[in-house]
Amino acid sequence: MRLSCPLCGTRDRREYTYFGSDDYLNRPAPDAPPQAWDDHLHNRDNPAGRTRDLWYHDPCGTWLAVTRDTVTHAVHGVDPVMPVSGRGGA
Amino acid sequence: MSTPPNAGPVRVAGYGLIDRSEPLRFSFDGVEYGGCRGDTVASALLANGVRLMGRSFKYHRPRGVLTAGAEEPNALVTVIEDGQQTPNVRATVQELFGGLRVASQNRWPSLSLDLMAVNDLAAPFLAAGFYYKTFMWPRAFWEKLYEPLIRRAAGLGRLSGRHDDAPYEKAYAFCDLLVIGAGPAGLMAALAAGRAGADVVLAEEDSRMGGRLLSEQPVVGGRPGPEWAETVLAELATMPNVRLMPRTTVTGAYDHGTFGALERVGLHLAETGPLPRECFWRIVAKRAILAAGALERPVAFPDNDRPGVMLASAALAYLNRWGVLAGRRIAVFANNDGARATARALQAAGAEVMLIDSRPNASALEDFRVWRGAQVTGTRGRLGLREITLTDSAGSVTLEVDCLAVSGGWNPTLHLACHMNGRPEWDAALAAFVPRPDMVPGLEAAGAARGLFDTAACLADGLRAAREALADLGLKPAALEAPETADQPYAIEPLWAVPGRGRAWLDLANDVTVKDVKLAAAENFRSVEHMKRYTTQGMAPDQGRNSNVAALAVLADATGRGIPETGTTTFRPPYSPVSIAAMGAGGRAEGFQPQRLMTSHQASVARHAPMIEAGLWYRPSYFPLPGEATWRDACDREVAMVRGSVGVCDVSTLGKIDIQGPDAARFLDFVYTNTFSTLPVGRVRYGLMLREDGHVMDDGTTARLGETHYLMTTTTAAAGQVMRHLDFVRQAHCADWDVALISVTEQWAQFAVAGPKARDLLNTMLDEPLTGDFPFMGCGPLRLMGVEARLFRISFSGELGYEIAVPARYGAALFRDLCARAETFGGGPYGLEALNVLRIEKGFVTHAEIHGRVTAFDIGMARMIAAGKDCIGKAAAARPGLSGAEREQLVGLKPASPQTPVSAGAHLFAAADPAVRKHSQGYVTSACWSPTLGSWLGLGFLRNGRARTGEMVRMVDHLRGAEMLCEVCHPVFHDPEGGKMRG
Repeated sequence: MRLSCPLCGTRDRREYTYFGSDDYLNRPAPDAPPQAWDDHLHNRDNPAGRTRDLWYHDPCGTWLAVTRDTVTHAVHGVDPVMPVSGRGGA
Repeated sequence: MSTPPNAGPVRVAGYGLIDRSEPLRFSFDGVEYGGCRGDTVASALLANGVRLMGRSFKYHRPRGVLTAGAEEPNALVTVIEDGQQTPNVRATVQELFGGLRVASQNRWPSLSLDLMAVNDLAAPFLAAGFYYKTFMWPRAFWEKLYEPLIRRAAGLGRLSGRHDDAPYEKAYAFCDLLVIGAGPAGLMAALAAGRAGADVVLAEEDSRMGGRLLSEQPVVGGRPGPEWAETVLAELATMPNVRLMPRTTVTGAYDHGTFGALERVGLHLAETGPLPRECFWRIVAKRAILAAGALERPVAFPDNDRPGVMLASAALAYLNRWGVLAGRRIAVFANNDGARATARALQAAGAEVMLIDSRPNASALEDFRVWRGAQVTGTRGRLGLREITLTDSAGSVTLEVDCLAVSGGWNPTLHLACHMNGRPEWDAALAAFVPRPDMVPGLEAAGAARGLFDTAACLADGLRAAREALADLGLKPAALEAPETADQPYAIEPLWAVPGRGRAWLDLANDVTVKDVKLAAAENFRSVEHMKRYTTQGMAPDQGRNSNVAALAVLADATGRGIPETGTTTFRPPYSPVSIAAMGAGGRAEGFQPQRLMTSHQASVARHAPMIEAGLWYRPSYFPLPGEATWRDACDREVAMVRGSVGVCDVSTLGKIDIQGPDAARFLDFVYTNTFSTLPVGRVRYGLMLREDGHVMDDGTTARLGETHYLMTTTTAAAGQVMRHLDFVRQAHCADWDVALISVTEQWAQFAVAGPKARDLLNTMLDEPLTGDFPFMGCGPLRLMGVEARLFRISFSGELGYEIAVPARYGAALFRDLCARAETFGGGPYGLEALNVLRIEKGFVTHAEIHGRVTAFDIGMARMIAAGKDCIGKAAAARPGLSGAEREQLVGLKPASPQTPVSAGAHLFAAADPAVRKHSQGYVTSACWSPTLGSWLGLGFLRNGRARTGEMVRMVDHLRGAEMLCEVCHPVFHDPEGGKMRG
């Protein structure tokens, strides 16, 4: 399996760490009801087909949202969770 | 022997691609034979008249070579080296070299007299499913009696039982186009792509490239096939953009253009020198062409497994490639036109040939006898074929032959195309499965692998596939035409199994017969996947390459379904067996687990400190002095040293993360439960970090080096996890904040200097001496003998303590210097054991306590979750059940009798309760002998523990058989007011 890191290029999956669904990006408000936090922390869909999940590119430390298909294994897109323009501070 | 002197295989003059000028000696089962450079073990044995090469897996039937390639099911041998042996090597693959020693397998006491062949007499009782039915009762007998017996009687070769320390390698390759197979289609494709400038890898399983051009030797472009192949290969070899990889089997197709391949690098050499035996490749290709050819398949007729029965293509290959005529009187038994050319070639080489064509309407116009509409219905010859019986409408005839060349048609080698779960398509005209397009994205089958069995079509199809790939790659094809070659018509009428008395073998490698498959169907194992598992058909090292299609055809017939409805079993990698040593190359010892060494490593080793693993790091356990009998002696001394004078400890393994930017303070407030924006510059604060689910992730100190500059430390164990977590929080939740982070763990060497004399020690070496004004939890830059260093006044021991950090290149020198100076104060270095005792005495937690299931409340730090701000894990930590009296809370434990060891992992029970699981109220996480307090101490978690101070609880360690009463106390045993470290 190969993924394209937007910073480094296409690399073997051994360079990446898998983290799970990109639902995890949507952090509820601090005062959100318990159900919202429970969903955020624990409840995930397990789709046969298109899915979007989080991967960490270990060598460069970039978090990526990968759109891929769990049936065909096709990768439809790799986006950094933080826009590249906003990177790196001052 | 059963073969008369003027019969059996023999080397003939004028044939073959072997180098007869270089005779080689080798041995088989201890007997010396001669061969030539270019021979395989199989061809050399045949050339010496040896037909019997192995015994079958289950019944110990005498077997000879069936094929001339890697798909060989019978001729598996063991290659013997000094002190080492490699079993299950295919004699058809192993190339000959001088001094090669091979032995047959699965026979006792010898290949020609195998007493285990008694199994064959019991065959009526050993049919498919026999084990499942017979060895069911009594249950305990299976493991103790039946299985060991069965395993001893059945099987393949044996390992030496010694560690395999031979070199193996792994490698990566990248290319525009991977061409799998170097026959007519593959060579044509590689040539077209190479000339167009594509980066090409041409991988071929055989030691020599050319495929059927070598074994069938058709005339191509007016020249013999091998000559044309050599010309093409010579051109490819001059192209810098083409890599030729002979002896390389592409074993699997994986996602996104990744292929696994096994290269036999040194297995064909007497002296390998520095070469590895094998190399496992991962090849990443933008496009791939599967030009793996086709495999001929046998026909199942009664007693079709005698040495001397082989595939027609094998007989032809042995003649053309190795100059070996497989027999003097050869019968060719076929259901298709392809075998006719073989029969003619064998006759031309001097054999007496007869053709048995199962098709009633086949042509009889040949220079040899042709039986039409006839089938072979029996064979004779105990250790080698002597005669066959053929039956046609006129009756049965017995013929004396020493070789029977069989052709049941051809199966495209489509395995790789099916590795990503694609199912092939049944082609009724070919009576074979062929690949569908796009079964593996980017991979296109060409030539015989696509069902084109004619050389002219293969050459043209290789060119077509290359042009399509070049178009996909955006490359312009060069002008190239496929060379002229004669048409070879192919027509077939399916024939899978011939009825009759005697066993008709389908899977020779696993001893599965037509009857076994029918039995499976009769017992309702009708699915092809069930039949496979019930009979074990296709589960041998050849993975059914010689038998799958015929077996499912028999199953289809037995169940009254068609072949397409019956379908194939699932094709999975690897296509050919891959040694674990090759796949795991480089994965031994440090290759498996790299070592991270601190800058003080050599100095610690020089002091005879045993080094112990902490993740990938190695840390000194203790520093023994002469006269110290046990680690405890050293540890107790080191603890007393820190409490009494001064100790030095390398703490560089702690993770260090540099955090900078205007929003750095805000970021730390968000990832830590407590507040860091209020921390003054030049100060350090202890921080607690939660996971988003409210449990403790890690702890450590963070120093504010400047207004917008912080340095975080993490625990050794969680350094990677914390870095990943901070990156996530920063990128996912703080994208528009102006903050940057980077790990600097490796850039700084950091040493703890702890004890009442710590300041005195440092003042012997600092450019400007420290005073008491440098406050507890203070930090700042300083110069140390001209080097810019950092000083932190923090303590993990409870004593007056500093940590001094220097750029890593000065670490080794500083550690030696600190140790030497400490010794002048009566101190010295201390190791991980003493460090652990010191922190338990102070009740400081490590990952023994914050093990992932505890909350800030559990460790008594609930108040560290600041009220006025959000932080990671805050909302979840407030959930019901994560705090309160029902929680197991951190406590200290003191044994009622101080000399009795507390054991980590023991469970805690109320004094009156029985020590069984449902009464467990907690457990011990850390334990040590405290020389400071003269008692064993423990840290642990106890239900509602903080409210139970003073209570006696029962500690029971079922594993070590220990039990005693402990007093519940505050976890800080030593200097609870903290005066020593603040003073």
